[in-house]
Amino acid sequence: MSAVYARRRVVNVIALGLSGLATLIGLIFLVWILEITVQHGFSAMKPALFTKITAYQADGGLVNAIVGSLEMDLMALLICTPIGVLAGTYLAEYASSTRLGASIRFLNDILLSAPSIVLGLFVYVIVVLPMTELTHGRISFSAFAGSVALALIGLPVIVRTTDEMLRLVPGTLREAALSLGVPQWKLTVQVLMRAAFSGILTGVLLALARLAGETAPLLFTAFGNNFMTVNPLNKMASLPQTIYQYTGIADAALNAIAWAGALLITLFVLALSLLTRIMFSRKKVSYE
Amino acid sequence: MNDLAAATAAPLTGASPAKLKVRDVHFYYNGFHALKGINMDIPEKQVTAIIGPSGCGKSTLLRIFNRIYAIYPKLEAKGSIELDGENILDPKFSMNRLRTKVGMVFQKPVPFPMTIFENVAYGIRHHEKLSRADMEIRVEQALRSAALWDEVKDKLKQSALGLSGGQQQRLCIARGIALRPEVLLLDEPTSALDPIATGRIEQLVEELKHEYTIVIVTHNMQQAARCSDRTAFMYMGDLIEFDNTEKIFTKPSKKQTEDYITGRFG
Amino acid sequence: MSAISAEPIPRDTEHRSRTDARHDFIFRLILRFCALLVLAALLGAALATLWGGRDVLFKDGLHFLLSSEWNPVENQFGALAPIAGTLITSLIALMLAVPVSFGIALFLTEIAPNWMRGPVSAAIELLAAIPSIIYGMWGLFVFVPFMSSIEPTLNDTLGNIPVIGALFQGPPLGLGLLTAGIVLAVMILPFISSVMREVFQTVPARLKESSYALGSTTWEVVWDIVLPYTRSAVIGGIFLGLGRALGETMAVTFVLGNSYNLTASLLMPGTSISSSIANEFNEATELHRSALIALGFLLFVVTFIVLLIARYMLRQLARKEGR
Repeated sequence: MSAVYARRRVVNVIALGLSGLATLIGLIFLVWILEITVQHGFSAMKPALFTKITAYQADGGLVNAIVGSLEMDLMALLICTPIGVLAGTYLAEYASSTRLGASIRFLNDILLSAPSIVLGLFVYVIVVLPMTELTHGRISFSAFAGSVALALIGLPVIVRTTDEMLRLVPGTLREAALSLGVPQWKLTVQVLMRAAFSGILTGVLLALARLAGETAPLLFTAFGNNFMTVNPLNKMASLPQTIYQYTGIADAALNAIAWAGALLITLFVLALSLLTRIMFSRKKVSYE
Repeated sequence: MNDLAAATAAPLTGASPAKLKVRDVHFYYNGFHALKGINMDIPEKQVTAIIGPSGCGKSTLLRIFNRIYAIYPKLEAKGSIELDGENILDPKFSMNRLRTKVGMVFQKPVPFPMTIFENVAYGIRHHEKLSRADMEIRVEQALRSAALWDEVKDKLKQSALGLSGGQQQRLCIARGIALRPEVLLLDEPTSALDPIATGRIEQLVEELKHEYTIVIVTHNMQQAARCSDRTAFMYMGDLIEFDNTEKIFTKPSKKQTEDYITGRFG
Repeated sequence: MSAISAEPIPRDTEHRSRTDARHDFIFRLILRFCALLVLAALLGAALATLWGGRDVLFKDGLHFLLSSEWNPVENQFGALAPIAGTLITSLIALMLAVPVSFGIALFLTEIAPNWMRGPVSAAIELLAAIPSIIYGMWGLFVFVPFMSSIEPTLNDTLGNIPVIGALFQGPPLGLGLLTAGIVLAVMILPFISSVMREVFQTVPARLKESSYALGSTTWEVVWDIVLPYTRSAVIGGIFLGLGRALGETMAVTFVLGNSYNLTASLLMPGTSISSSIANEFNEATELHRSALIALGFLLFVVTFIVLLIARYMLRQLARKEGR
């Protein structure tokens, strides 16, 4: 009896010890990756990064990539925010218990973790190829195509957050507005969306945090550009794509610039994630 | 069943003319028979209280009076409810018209996420085109009627969410009467409030009945006794007794009513 | 209080009703259209890649799937190496990430003091917020050298075990399937552990308490009560991680080594579907490009099925709770 009990206690202590170790392993990798990024990135920081374009290569900077990233991220948000908010609203307010609503919600969750490189290929086939055909090759890869690809990354995040946030709005608010004879669309836009505004905003920020770090969908859509451009129909550089390019070249100076870019993008994305987490920690929605 | 219908639908002595005539109303949700043939006449410009134990169907009945139940699927009401002679359960009676005639205040105060002023103006704005000055007059009138004006007149531009629970509930009443309805439905309006705020709402109900036909659902029998002219007692989807409040609370004619008001069950 | 007018106001409610109904109809139509765009995105991704890869998929699909020869110069495209690479790296990632994630979830739900749970789980979830390109850089510049420093030791230890020893034989390049698998494992760790942590918390306290009352240890409660109760959702979480691992590009592209040679060793360079596409797409033309898009189609179908299973399994627990 006591031997059995002792054995059970030993098993317990070992298992609990291992679980602590597992947590430690996770934290070690987090610190390791962040420490390396900060260390390499910080030592590679120089003013030229923000003033010179990538055409100067090792002597240059990242300014066209930074501008390109900002522009494409913003355009992507402009595309996916209205669509995502309206689609999420449909799920929460009009299709919460219908078969169509259930299937869309289900498939949206799948889109949430679909391989981003395939979404890039998708946009290549439906945007880049037709544009090349139509313009006889004058326009092929473009910042617009890149934004569409990024919008596909952000879309399911916004759909899901909007859906969940609207469903957190108490039903009595709907009844109260409808009992004033207000139509459903006014109730939805003027009362419910306002009530869920901070939650929906969280979704948009989370979507930005996710799409800002994406590289794969940009490779065959926005392509990259060594010069500064803001025209959405041109090929355009972005931070992640430039980092990818500079990492793949065996040249310490370019690698250093890549690290600097990596630090910028990591800080941006982590700051966004932390911001949304702190701002709305009470209304937590998982977005994986 | 028919006896009961005849008994409860009979005009009450000393009652004002009926504003709402409820005739053989049945209600079903997901196949459950929640109201089993309700007949009653709600008198004009008086307060009618509906009491009964939880699940008796009192809130369900109230929610048929403005068809708010219809926003949920799988709910079905049968029978007729005449408002000034027109059947409001008829799909031809437009929702818009019904809800400007029949206002509702809910159990929990639900201010909209807007300013105090906008909360009251919101409903009006949908139904009428008013100049800014006219709107201000209407909002002030509604807030005065709801006995809230003096407390909020200096902070109309502030969010309604900052008001106390009792003030929020009076704001909801103001919002309801701003549309100048004919009937005002109150669904346990004080159950989320403290005794002082409750007293103010009851006092307000007393004042409002001169202008509006009021139906109040309450689980609080003292409240029904204090502020209503008529009281209906419901039990398990049936209307057991409907009479002058005084009579219900002093010498009810049904055994079940007596058991309930003396606290033997419920 | 002054006398207040409560006169009903005459209104044209019929007109209002009609316009409201029309606006509601249009609004609903717009909303539904946007919701259907989500469906269109998924369906479109499948159809577009199927269309883009048609020259390879429909001409000799079986050969494409089963051949391991990938030679763009000769227009020979066999996808076996990238398919194998994708599966092997994802499998390694799962084998490493599942026990570690389970440990983390166990630690955070049953062991850690309350003050520690919030910050530690937030830190673990930060791993999911780090962009994958950062994993790729860290993998290439830091983890590959680290692996190459320990690979001789792997050769001498695990490499000598009969049967599985062959997996750990090879030059200490640092690059390769094992390295990619480990990087992937770190990437999917937060996804699996957060699902596990969340579902562990849904186990009713009375179930656990009654087991503790019988004298069970924490480990026994978790193993005998918590895990069986949450089994379907835990499997769902694992599949969710698998879906992520299969489709990941940037974290593995640099550390795989980009080689189409199929070898038995995990220490040798390889390739994966996503890294083949990322590496070659912009230089590819015609049939080569079609073959890469066809690879994308395969990847999409496989991840779709895996994620379908994941979401289905996750639903099971929610249903059990009556949510």
